[in-house]
Parts: sequence; C-alpha cells; structure tokens
Amino acid sequence: MAVAVKIPLALRPATGGESAVDVEGETVAEVLEALFGRFSELRERIADERGALRRFVNIYVAGEDIRFLSGLATPVPDGSEVTILPAVAGG
Amino acid sequence: MSPSGAEFIRQIKAGIEEIDPAAVSELVGNGVAIIDVRESDEWAQGHLPGAKHVPRSYLESRIEGVVPDRSQRVVLYCASGNRSALAAHTLSNDLGYEHVASMTGGITLWKDRGYEVVVPRTFTPEQRERYSRHLLIPEIGESGQQKLLDAKVLLLGAGGLGSPTALYLAAAGVGTLGILDSDLVDLSNLQRQVIHNTARIGVPKVESAEETIHALNPDVNVVPYKTRLDASNIMEIISGYDIVVDGVDNFPTRYLLNDASVRLRIPVVSASVLGFDGQLSVFKPYEGPCYRCLFPEPPPAELAPSCGANGVLGVLPGTMGLLQATEVIKLITGAGEPAIGRLLLYDALAGTLDELKIRRDPACPICSRDPDSISDEEMGVFPDYDAFCAAAG
Repeated sequence: MAVAVKIPLALRPATGGESAVDVEGETVAEVLEALFGRFSELRERIADERGALRRFVNIYVAGEDIRFLSGLATPVPDGSEVTILPAVAGG
Repeated sequence: MSPSGAEFIRQIKAGIEEIDPAAVSELVGNGVAIIDVRESDEWAQGHLPGAKHVPRSYLESRIEGVVPDRSQRVVLYCASGNRSALAAHTLSNDLGYEHVASMTGGITLWKDRGYEVVVPRTFTPEQRERYSRHLLIPEIGESGQQKLLDAKVLLLGAGGLGSPTALYLAAAGVGTLGILDSDLVDLSNLQRQVIHNTARIGVPKVESAEETIHALNPDVNVVPYKTRLDASNIMEIISGYDIVVDGVDNFPTRYLLNDASVRLRIPVVSASVLGFDGQLSVFKPYEGPCYRCLFPEPPPAELAPSCGANGVLGVLPGTMGLLQATEVIKLITGAGEPAIGRLLLYDALAGTLDELKIRRDPACPICSRDPDSISDEEMGVFPDYDAFCAAAG
C-alpha cells in the first residue's frame, strides 16, 4: 500500500533533496524500514542503535503523534500521510 | 396652544414607568439591560456599572444591536431623568419594547445616593485615529484595544522572528514590550531583521529596536534587556509579563523558557525557522501541552542546525513572526482560536500550511507536575545536557 512520507528540510540531505517519498508499508515500522531501504543515511538520524525512535524526532500519521497512538506499531492506512518532524530551534 | 417643553416632558413622564435609583441598584447584574442615553462626553465621565451606551440621538438605529429582545426589561437613564423619559417613551410607544423604565433623577441622583460609578478608560483623539481600523472590527473594538494597551508582552530575541513581531505588536498598540537580546546589529542580520537598519550596525539590538518602536508608536513602553537568558535571571525577567514570544535561536534556552513559563503559568507563543520551513505553536501551561510534551529532548548539537550555519529565506521569519504576533493579539483580546495543542508547519517552497496535533504528555517531566514543585535546578535541564553543551561549544 502506498504511503506518502513528508521529509523535513533538515533531513533532506539524506534523501537527495526529496521532500516527499512514496513507500509501501502497513505500520509505521514497515514504512520506516522501506524508507531506510532507499535512504540508508536516514536510519541513524531517526532511529537509535536498538531501532527505537530518537526522542527528538516525532512521527505523525494523518496529523497524530504516534507516541499517543501505538508507537512504531501504529497502522498506516493506505493513502495516508506520514510526517517526520525533528525539533528546530532557529530564530 | 402647544405645551411648553417642560409641560411636554411632564406629560411624557406621566405615560411611562419611572424607577428610583434604589430599585435600579437592585437590578444591576440581574439580566436587566441598563442603557445610558447621554452623549459620548458625558458617558466618558462615568456611568452605571454594566451599563451600555446608546446616545438618544442614535436610539432608534442602535437599540436593536444592544437589546435585540423586545421582551427584555430595559432601564434607561440620563443626567437627570428627562432625556431618558423621552427615550423610554420612544422605545415603548414606537419600537414595541414591552418593559421599559426611566430612572428618576438620572446619574446625578444615583451618585448623590452614593451608588457606584464606573469611569471608562478613554482614548485620546490621536489614539482613536491611530487605532481606528481596530476599533472598526468588533472582535477587537474599544475593549480589545484597551486590553492591547494594557498588555505586557516579552519578546525573546530581536532577530529574525522578533523583528517583525515587535514592529506589528508596537503598531497594534501593545502597551509594554519587553525585548531581550544580547547581540549587536550585524550586516548579515539585515536580510531579515527589519527592525534594524544599515546605520545601526554595531548598535545593541535592543537599543536599535527601541528606537524604531518609539518612532512608530509613542504609546508603547519598551523595556530593553541587553542580556542572555539563563537559569539565574529567567524567573525575574519573565515574571509579570502576560505573554512571552519565543524567537530564540537555540535549544537550551527554549527548554529553560518552557520550564520557567510552566512554573509561572505564562503562555508562550513559539516559532522556529530553518531554510524554507517554519513551525509555530502556542504553549499555554496546563490548558495545552508544553514544549517538552512536543519534543521531550533536543537533538544532539551535531544534528541541531541553526540559521547561522544553515541559512534561512529572509522572508520566512517575517511570515512566522507575524503569525506569532497574530497569536499574541488573539490571546490578549480573546478573539478566535489560539494555536494551543496544534503545531502549524509552513513550507514556503511548497506554499502549504499543515497542522499536526500536539497532546499533553501525561508523563511530561515538567507540566504533568504541580508548578510549585519545579525547582530552579531542574529548569532547562535534559538528559545529556552536559554533553549537549560541550558539543555546542
């Protein structure tokens, strides 16, 4: 199932500048694995050594933070949008 | 022969209900519409508590806006009870209001009896002109403009975000603007920091900002702080402000501000910019999530890009700073829906504004607790804080 992942500016060097990437996956974990398969540099930016999400990166499915859903097991409905959001402090 | 004016008023009074100030004092605040029919300059000298102002000369055209329900009880008053008697006659006989009375003796007798009089804050003619476009929109109006003039807002940073925010809040008549920044104006700032100018290169940013604001609007009292925020000064600096606007350029200060503002229950209008992307949210302690609920930890320094290192479209902090100024005005006046619990994401290249939900984290290390239990030592601290600061140099 196709899912659109929005890549924030701070992570675009790892995707060759792409701001939205279509991947397949039924859960957030599967979507991320598919993403890391295409852009290996993203893995260490988003996940720690144990595969857990880094705490300064939030992931949203259809506008909801997966920390308040089922984490990496959160289902990703077909056609929904996944947003990766790192904290930014520029003023 | 036609009656004299005095006789005419006597006849009118005989045909309407008159009510004594003692009885009116019992009705104040009990769902009765109390209408002052005097002229504006008389109203400005003081009026009954809770009264609405409808000058007699505008009675027929404006009364429905103030009292739409013709069955509502209405008490009219003027200076001595004559104009209100004539107005009561009009409302009952010509406009079909069912329960209308005129207060005997007017506000003169009311005052003589020792009842409370409210003196409204007034605008100078210059202020009426300056803020006329605010006074014309009902969501702001006179009461909203008064709230803006009474408000105290602290801007953290007179840089990319703080410049446009300060300019528009000053123009809007926010009465007290605190501005905190330790830097001097630099040539590389002027691509986006529009409150400064070329002649002020080398001048402290707070001084430059104050000069620009005074030239724009002398109503605004600027309180400059040429310093950096740290754990030792933050509580003293932000106490007493109604709202803090966060436009700082580093993570340690953002966490420090979050923790102090939660302790003091001060709402923070927060934005950040990088490249072509902007983020904005309103963190209102205990009503919505705090910054730590959104981002429990900052990224490590090597992954924490700043504008200095990465660049930013000069217009972008303008856009985000003005969204911040808008949220500030909404919080002050109570108009609209503030962006509490929502993160707005502006993508300048795509030309899109997206929204993500931010929830209060029940395990939040700060805002899940009683604010009085948060100590000075914990403020602004996060795991790996020392490593972060060492890496950040």
